[in-house]
Formats: sequence, C-alpha cells, structure tokens
Amino acid sequence: MNKFGTIMAYTYMTRFKTKSFLISTILSLLFVYAVANVQTIIDVFTSDEAEEIAVLDQSGELFQSLEEKVEGTSDDMDLVAFDGTEEAGKKAVKDEGYSAFVTLSRNSKQLPQAAYYANNITETGQQSVIKQQLQQMKIAVATEQAGIDQATISEIYEPVTFNTMSLDEDAKTSEELNQARGIVYVMLFLLYLSVLIYGNMIATDIATEKSSRVMEILISSASPVTHMFAKIIGTALLGLTQIAAIAGLGYVMLVVKRDELTGGIFDYFGLQNASASVFIYAIVFFVLGYLLYATLAAMLGSLVSRLEDVQQMMLPMTFLVMIAFFIAIFGLGMPESMIVKVSSYIPFFSPMLMFLRVGMLDIPVWEIAISIGILVATIALFAVIGARIYKGGVLMYGPSATFKDFKKAIELSKKE
Amino acid sequence: MTLKLENVSKRFGSTIAIDHLSIEIPEKEMVGFLGGNGAGKTTTFRMILGLLDMTEGAITWNDAPIGYDRSDLIGYLPEERGLYPKQKVWEQLVYLAKLRGMNKRTALTELEGWLQRFDVPEYKNKKVEELSKGNQQKIQFISAVIHKPNLLILDEPFSGLDPINVELMKQAVVDLKNEGTSIVFSSHRMDHVEELCNHLCILHEGKPVVHGKLKDIKRSFGKKKVIVHADFPLEFLKQYAGVRQYKSVMEGCELQIENEAVAEDIFTDLNGKGFVRKFELEEPSLNDIFIEKAGASYE
Repeated sequence: MNKFGTIMAYTYMTRFKTKSFLISTILSLLFVYAVANVQTIIDVFTSDEAEEIAVLDQSGELFQSLEEKVEGTSDDMDLVAFDGTEEAGKKAVKDEGYSAFVTLSRNSKQLPQAAYYANNITETGQQSVIKQQLQQMKIAVATEQAGIDQATISEIYEPVTFNTMSLDEDAKTSEELNQARGIVYVMLFLLYLSVLIYGNMIATDIATEKSSRVMEILISSASPVTHMFAKIIGTALLGLTQIAAIAGLGYVMLVVKRDELTGGIFDYFGLQNASASVFIYAIVFFVLGYLLYATLAAMLGSLVSRLEDVQQMMLPMTFLVMIAFFIAIFGLGMPESMIVKVSSYIPFFSPMLMFLRVGMLDIPVWEIAISIGILVATIALFAVIGARIYKGGVLMYGPSATFKDFKKAIELSKKE
Repeated sequence: MTLKLENVSKRFGSTIAIDHLSIEIPEKEMVGFLGGNGAGKTTTFRMILGLLDMTEGAITWNDAPIGYDRSDLIGYLPEERGLYPKQKVWEQLVYLAKLRGMNKRTALTELEGWLQRFDVPEYKNKKVEELSKGNQQKIQFISAVIHKPNLLILDEPFSGLDPINVELMKQAVVDLKNEGTSIVFSSHRMDHVEELCNHLCILHEGKPVVHGKLKDIKRSFGKKKVIVHADFPLEFLKQYAGVRQYKSVMEGCELQIENEAVAEDIFTDLNGKGFVRKFELEEPSLNDIFIEKAGASYE
C-alpha cells in the first residue's frame, strides 16, 4: 500500500475504534430510530383513559350540546355533569377527582359563558377545546338572536378561495418549493454538522500528532501534503461511514414504516419527489464544501501545538460555518434576495447557498458553473497555502495560537 | 552512499541558525554532532531530512538530493519523544514501519526481534503512555531502525536512559554501524561521541568550529598535557621553552605544552636528573577541545 493509503487507513481505523465514535454513532442511530417511531412513543406516554371534566351547568340546557361537541372533537376528554355547589366542584378538582371543573351559565344577553378551574392552567389543550366549542355555541346563539340563518353563517365562515400560481413557466410551483425547501434543509444541516464535527476531528488529530511530536517522524516519511490530504480523506471516509449507517437505518425505517410516515415528516422534507439533478448537486456541493472547510481545519490544526488551543484556533472557522448556515436559513424563506445571490458566489458560503438556490429556484447552468469554479479554485488555493503552512506549522512549537503564526509558519517553510 | 553537506546555511529571518556548514559523511561511518542547545544540531538534521529547506548550499546523499522518494532508506529518531501516547506499541510501530515502505508481517517480525533484544517483549501490547521514559525511548529507537535504514539520524539518542540501557542502546548502534548503516548522531555527552564516533563535528552557534576525523582533530589540536612524577624538583620546567602552563601537584607537575616535540625535549632533558616515576603524554580529551573551540564548558 502506498503512503497516502497507509495514512488514510490509519486515520480511519484509529478513529473508528475509539469509544467516542462508537457512542456518537449509536446515539445517532437511536435518535433516527426514535424519530421513526415517534407515533408509537407518544402513544406509550399518553394514557388511553379520557380525562374527566366536571361541568356545573347553571343554565340547565347548555351541557348536553357542549358535551356532544367537545367529545366529538377530542377522544381524551369526558365531560361529566356535576351536581353540587361551585365550592364542592373546586374541591373535587383539588382532591384530584376531576382534571378540571367548568361552570356554565348565560349572561344577561342570554349568551353562554363559562369559568374554568383546574389545578394547573398552564396546559392549554383542554381549555382551548372547551373555549372553542363554547365560542361556536355562542355564535350560534347570537346569530339566532339576530335572526340570521345557519346557511348564511356557514357561507360567511367559509375560507376564501386563494390560489398561488407562478406565471414564469420554469419557476417551481409552491408545492415543489415546499418539497425543495425540505431537501435543502436536510442538506444544509448535514453539511453544517459534518463540517463542524469532522473539521474539528481533523484539527484535533493533527494537533495531537503535533503535540506528541510524532508528526516529525510522519513528515520525514511522507510529504506534508500527502499527510494532510490523507488525513482529510480518511476523516471524510469515517464521516461517510457514520452518515451511511444513519441513512441506512433511516431507509430501513422508511420502508418498514412507510404507511405511518408518508404524509408526515417524510413528505415535509420532500424526499419523495425530489429530482435526481438536485441530489447530484447536493452531493457535489457537499463534497466541495467539506473539502474547503477540511483543508482550512487541517491548516489551523497544524498551527497549534497544544490540544487546548484547538478550539480557540477553530473559532473563526466555526463562525464562518455558522454565518453561512444562518444566511442559508434566512434564504430558505427568501431564496431570491440579494444577500443569498451574492453569498452564493463567496467560497465559504457558496456550498450552502448555491445549493439552496439550485434547489429552490431555476438557476441558469452558467451561474452554477461559476460558483463551482470559484469554489474549486479556492480549494486549490487553500490546498497550496495550507500545504505551505502545514509544512512550517508542524515544526513550530510555541505557547501562542494567534494568527501571527500564519506568517511564521510560511516563513519557516520558505528557504529564508 | 556518502552524505555530503556543502556550504549549507540556514537563516530564520535575520537569525543565522547554520553558517556555511560543510561536512562529508562516508558510508558505514558514524559521525557525532556536538553542540549546546541552539547550536544548530536539530536544524541540521531537519535539513538533511528535508523537513526544512536550506537557505544556501546543497545536501546530497549518494550524489542526489534527499527527497521523499528515498525516505524509506532513512531512519530518524527525533530529540523529543514522538509517539502516539494512547496507541499500542505494535500498532504504531507497524504504522510507522509501513510509512517507511515495510509490510505488516515483516514489520511485526522485526518488532518482536527488537523487543526481545531490548528485553521487553511484554511491551508489544502496551500503550506508550504506560511505559517509563527510558522504555519509551527504546520504542522510539525501534521505530527509527525497524526498516533497516541505510542512513540513520539519531538526535540525542541516549537522553533519559539509565547507564544499563545506555550500554544496551550503544551496542545496538555499534551493531547497526557494523552491519553497514551510516549513522549521524548528536549528543551533549562528550564521552559518548568520543567512544562511538570516528568522525565528529562541533557546532557552536551555527558555526562548525571543528570537524573531521576524531584522531586527526586530536592530533592537530596541538595542545597536549604532560604529567611528570619524579623524585627531584621540577621547577625548572616552569621556564622551559614550549611550556604554556605549569601546575604543581603532590608527586610532581602537570604541564600544558605547545606540541609533541616539546614533550620529546622534556623527556630527553629529564634523563640523568634522577628517578622518574611517571612520564605521560596525554591526548587532549574531547572536552578540552570543546571548551577551547566553543568557549563554553559542558557537563
């Protein structure tokens, strides 16, 4: 095996065997499993028994219709007519006999009104159901008093007809847009997490090798450039393993739970109908984005000589990723805004933002090509600078971890 | 396979780390680099290894510059311990050996042989951080020689070792030399260099103050010491031509003389004056040479 392969395999295997990798993978898998079974889990925690609510009907005629309406909307609520004083009702709630106590009456205009007593009024579910149903009863009574018939009322409350259609034939329909938003969101989030997690991993790995001084032996055996890229690719493969495991489980869950999930989260993320080209772009921008940030991380990692300084050194990169992510999240709502357009050509932002535009709008191919071109050129530039800095940086030992070190590292790698 | 450094200089900004160093290291020879901290030993080694580019001059090995294409033929033991603390000994040694072009099986066989030789076969499955500093040094040494390099660079190989292990390691170095490895090593310890090397180079603030064959250096150093123990007064030697320094001791005197010829004269003149218990012409020690040339005392 050549040296690149050896370093790559070693990077992969040593990380793969660590407990932290195992634990984080298992946790992620559990999370995916939990999301897929969210309905079952909720069912487990919700008791099947309906909650009893005592109702003291002072008007004597409102209870029945309220009971019908409430029990028609919610399975979990059971209205029970309460025979006794208001005080007795409140006391019964306090003693946990009922989950709530409601008094019904008519006001001076004969309209229904109610008071709601419960030990805890922070849970709004029951209150709002009762309130809504009472509201409808009030409307019915009030309109009847005003002499308006029910047909007119339903007409008034019928939702307005409001269809959105784009006149640009190429533009996506709002339905497509929603789907695109889903897949863009998934990709953004994945890239954001990957860059942060695996970028940190690369920087930490390099800093570890530097602080243990094994680096000096490594780069006397293989060139710093070989070493740097073998680390980047090795870590990428590790990330792919993790993502593949999670995606694999996700796919299995989808197949098994197809009925439960279609129409739910699955649909929301638009994974069903996304076109192949969007997937290809997702992969292209993901890979390029990863490479750019990974090269930067390797460069930063080569500058620190103590593990404690890694986080500090990585801060600027973390900010870059976060800014890109926030612009992208903002862009999900307004993909055509100027800031999104401009950012989609700026190297550190473009992997997220150009993909967002590709996914949500119809962008001419040349625009995408320019963005990818700039991105590739930047990666190449960073690889060259990074390799120089890396060569000097790995031999540089000092307490500080400032950006002055960039200059120092380049000087060290030069002849003079 | 001669390693040649021709007029090599290295500047870091305005600091001169190495100033016109020229040295030739013949095949199958051992060369010692002496010098204090910051004298430029490690910088020189890093340039030989290609980790640093020189500002001027050329380093060639077998008439070609050293590049990564030949890194499999070179072994390097850095001054500081360079091992993964949390990895097992065999894992990282196999990895480092693979990076020097070995395959896993040969690397493991070699490793077991070396561990056996250093009397620590049980370390194979231990993590490096569990080992003592001296034992880590053994592992480090194995990592430098496991692939049977033709050129071995040892930066302070004996530091942190107890006398028994120093002997063990020295023997290993001598054996490697006898097997045909060219060895470059640096040390603070004059006695190690004096014992092991037939070539040496003393660096002082980046300048090679002395270099060449140990024997020639000693001979050309000139300054010699004569010890005379006799039953008659020796004060007349104070004014003797060619005597630089006279030091009286219990049984006689110790003289610093200009050259060997002076010793011969003294020997002749002593004849007939009485009984001479001891007459000794002492070779200068490396320490004497170092102090004279580098102007600083060492250990």
